[in-house]
Amino acid sequence: MQDLIWLLPTFPLLGFLALVLTAGNLPRQIVAFIGAGSVGLSFITAIFIAFEFLASGEDYFVKEVWTWMSVGAFNPGFSFYLDGLSVVMMLVITGVGFLIHSYATGYMADDPSFSRFFSYMNLFVAAMLMLVLGDNLVVLYLGWEGVGLCSYLLIGFWYTKPENGYAARKAFVVTRVGDTSMAIGLFLLFAQLGTLNIQDLLHAAELEWTTGSGLAVAVSLLLLGGAVGKSAQLPLQTWLPDAMAGPTPISALIHAATMVTAGVYLIARTHILFELAPTVQLLVAWIGLITLLMAGFTALTQSDIKRILAFSTVSQIGYMFLGLGVGAWSAAIFHLMTHAFFKALLFLASGTVILSVHHEQSIFKMGGLRKALPVSFASFLIGSLALTAFPYTSGYFSKDEILLAAFELEGVGTYLWLGGVIGAFFTGIYTFRLFFIVFFGENKGHLPEKEVGGWHMNGPLILLMILSLVGGFITIPVEAVFSHGAAHGEHHVSALVHGFMIAMPLVGIFISYMFFYAKKWSIEDLMSKPIAQKLHRLWHSGWGMDYIYDRIFVFPFVWLSRINKDDLIDKLYTFIAMVSRLANTYVVRTQTGYLRWYALSVACGLIIILVVGVLL
Amino acid sequence: MILIWLISILFIGGILAWASERYNQNYPRNIALLTVLLDLLLMLSILPSESITSEWITVFQIDWIPRFGISLYFALDGLSLLLIILTAFLGAISIGSAWNEIKTQTGFFYFNLLWTLAGVIGVFTALDLFLFFFFWEVMLIPMYFIIAIWGHENKNYAAMKFFIFTQVTGMLMLVSILVLAYSHYTQFGSYSFKYEDLLSVSLASSLQFWVMLGFFISFTTKLPSVPFHSWLPDAHSQAPTAGSVILAGILLKTGAYGLIRFAVPLFPEASLTFAPIAMGLAALSILYCAKVAFAQSDIKRLIAYTSVSHMGFVTLGVYAWNEQALQGAVMTMLAHGLSAAALFMLAGGLQHRIHTRDMGDMGGLWTQVPRMAVVAVFFSVAALGMPGLGNFVGEFLALLGAFQTNIPATVIAAFGLILASVYSLWVIQKVFHGEYSGEHFDEAKLTDLSRREMFYFGAMMLGLVWMGMYPQSFLDLSQPVLAQLLSSSQGVVSNLAGIQ
Repeated sequence: MQDLIWLLPTFPLLGFLALVLTAGNLPRQIVAFIGAGSVGLSFITAIFIAFEFLASGEDYFVKEVWTWMSVGAFNPGFSFYLDGLSVVMMLVITGVGFLIHSYATGYMADDPSFSRFFSYMNLFVAAMLMLVLGDNLVVLYLGWEGVGLCSYLLIGFWYTKPENGYAARKAFVVTRVGDTSMAIGLFLLFAQLGTLNIQDLLHAAELEWTTGSGLAVAVSLLLLGGAVGKSAQLPLQTWLPDAMAGPTPISALIHAATMVTAGVYLIARTHILFELAPTVQLLVAWIGLITLLMAGFTALTQSDIKRILAFSTVSQIGYMFLGLGVGAWSAAIFHLMTHAFFKALLFLASGTVILSVHHEQSIFKMGGLRKALPVSFASFLIGSLALTAFPYTSGYFSKDEILLAAFELEGVGTYLWLGGVIGAFFTGIYTFRLFFIVFFGENKGHLPEKEVGGWHMNGPLILLMILSLVGGFITIPVEAVFSHGAAHGEHHVSALVHGFMIAMPLVGIFISYMFFYAKKWSIEDLMSKPIAQKLHRLWHSGWGMDYIYDRIFVFPFVWLSRINKDDLIDKLYTFIAMVSRLANTYVVRTQTGYLRWYALSVACGLIIILVVGVLL
Repeated sequence: MILIWLISILFIGGILAWASERYNQNYPRNIALLTVLLDLLLMLSILPSESITSEWITVFQIDWIPRFGISLYFALDGLSLLLIILTAFLGAISIGSAWNEIKTQTGFFYFNLLWTLAGVIGVFTALDLFLFFFFWEVMLIPMYFIIAIWGHENKNYAAMKFFIFTQVTGMLMLVSILVLAYSHYTQFGSYSFKYEDLLSVSLASSLQFWVMLGFFISFTTKLPSVPFHSWLPDAHSQAPTAGSVILAGILLKTGAYGLIRFAVPLFPEASLTFAPIAMGLAALSILYCAKVAFAQSDIKRLIAYTSVSHMGFVTLGVYAWNEQALQGAVMTMLAHGLSAAALFMLAGGLQHRIHTRDMGDMGGLWTQVPRMAVVAVFFSVAALGMPGLGNFVGEFLALLGAFQTNIPATVIAAFGLILASVYSLWVIQKVFHGEYSGEHFDEAKLTDLSRREMFYFGAMMLGLVWMGMYPQSFLDLSQPVLAQLLSSSQGVVSNLAGIQ
């Protein structure tokens, strides 16, 4: 069965080909069947493979399908590498992916481009599986670029609106900045170690490089560049909120559960390189912390339901980076998994809400939807609790482990921990702000008569609710992968510290409750202060990062392009042409046909020659 | 002997096509297509069934002007074979694209087209430098007519510019060739234009540099590379679609081929010292032309500038001169041949339908011509270097190899990957995304791709997927050639180092 691992990406790829080649001429049921069914098949195969792999007790399994290219010492294969880490990733991708595909068959039911949607989705799943199953960095890069392409296509899915196209291009170009950094990292790795096979190069690096060596620092910085692009971390986080222009199921699949966590996967996969460069690893932690705080503040000020969730995704991936940075590799992957459950749940539920209120996305035009939308309400309740790490929900276990690992880190660990706890406090506020405003109070817009749904939409929601609740009790089989990383589960922290950690998000929820449910405290009073208004503006704009990038990169580039539209270099050649033409028009005038002029010029010429001859 | 046939079939076919026009306007295109397909079949018959052991697959040599050591010397190796197959393949496709577009003087048109192809195949197989120069000219003049007669609004300017650029720099190459032949005379007592003979000529290093520069400028004008590129946007925007296909798909590759076959092997030491400048120019070319491409509103000019940008990876790979980089350069030549040709055909197809090349007049065409949109997305994505398609293999290998010899130039060139995504997606946005208005053109003429068009676009897509997923079929053909070039030039260079 393990030998059939190549089937995993093949099923969705075939689905993609079938949908593209029929060019939208299939009946909707068949499109839905192919679209969701191919991912379902992959999921079933993945379960069998996972069972067999875990039962075998082996640490890893390699399956080479064919040699991609062989040029001198460079010969990456299309080969698959399975270990505990890729088992977790493939199950999350196919499992959550299948649920989202199923949901999408209902969500997109009325869209005229139903078939095009599922073809992109299938291609995405295939690429994502290549990313996490590839045994060398070139195949990983194939998947990495492939998911970026699908992300672009799906963000711009409703292409008639120019702003969607803009968001799609922004997402692709910003992540490509990171991708290019990663590609250069690949070149450097190959030039130094002579291979791009992940396991081989990790071993070689361990042998050849000393801890803290310049090469290790350079390589891990370059790979980190790729990771922050894909995972929307500082300084390349600006694309993700705009990416919400796409249909909501893709926000759940690509921009919450799978693709945006690819950076976390990359760092975990190459964690040995980061351990060889402790300064870079610490940088990962700081990037994670700063991103999670900045995104958390921004989420507080947003009014679009999907943008709130988007910033919360950026913030949660910040936690994963924090975990990676403090060496809690398995905790980071654990949080990746639980986050996939509860954030997919929240996004899908928000999709149901948005459809039910006729494509309204501002939370201030909702309100009081509790009764009208019971399934969404339950989903949001459970999802929000998991997101805020309410004890014994899935998010609690994973975030707890990350923060404990941070606390135990020597040196700056305490600051990282404190920042993470403050972030958790704000998570509580913004999450339940959304929850109370949307589902309680008075309705300020359209009160739907019934909730959009059906078994293929509500089924996934219910399953994700269960996973979000109990997903924390799953043990992920990654010990062998991170065997020499931080110990898993054994923490010695005083009850006071632990209690503080658990309490802070609850305090956040309480504050939200006072403001937005009980209305004991007034948001208007708070906002009347000038400093609050300034902060609000700053946070609302995402700390002005778009503004700064526009001025540093976009405007100068566009300006330079515009002034040089006609290609300065060409001017040089047209200048030569112009000079010869000018010369032509003047010299032609001497051809007058008058003999006296010719005689005169001959005489003048003679005199000049004589004078020059005499003088010299 | 088969090499003579490959070329003369095209020459004869061209004359037949011209002559047949008087009977029926449609005969020439049929004759042209048959001729090219016959050529393609012949080429496929040469494909070695096993891996190549000897240096040349097939050789043909008879004296031409023995007094000056000039002979009709043709030879074919894996590299030439790949390129002539590309030539015939794109030749057939360009005839397909001209099928309904060319309505006047069809006989003369297909005559010119076939003679250009003959010239290109001659360039790819000639191993006598005089003969090489002869074919270099043969492919130029018919191309001039194609632009000047069947071109668009500013065709005379563009054709003249194309002619002057190629002619002036071609003359530099001729001077260099003559210097080489004369040096052979002074060193060995006889004139010779034979490739192998000239390889053994040794020049004083100051002279070698200037002679090498003659080749370099001639080839990088054809390629083209900054600062000799500015004929290309004009030529492309004015040429008929078939002309653009041949220009972008094949003619540019003769420049790259010249660099690999002649410029570097003939002058290994001078090339080695010149390599940093060439690679710097390549990186500059990649970034500069990507930026200028982004500013264009004429879709054909835009694609023309992207061509220059992509060919920068070829220069970069050639002057890195190691196996990965050279294979990358060759793969880029092949893959870019298909992707650029396809993009020009899409642009040409649009112009044929709606009589404008201005992207400002387009927008939202996806809803109107969905098949065309999907094809355009495919080739744009290929051009921006998506793994799994041929261009990625080429550019990745070129950068991977170049990184080992020149890190700064490679890192700068790698930024081209970002800019490629900026302009590629910009085209998709301006042409196919957005709201459809249809105000600027006659909507009735805007029809989706026909079955014939889908057929040849499909063939090119399959080609790119093949190159992207299993490039080994192509790499294996060029591998022995490149290995040979590398080992011989390395010998010279290390000898030189030893002497010093």
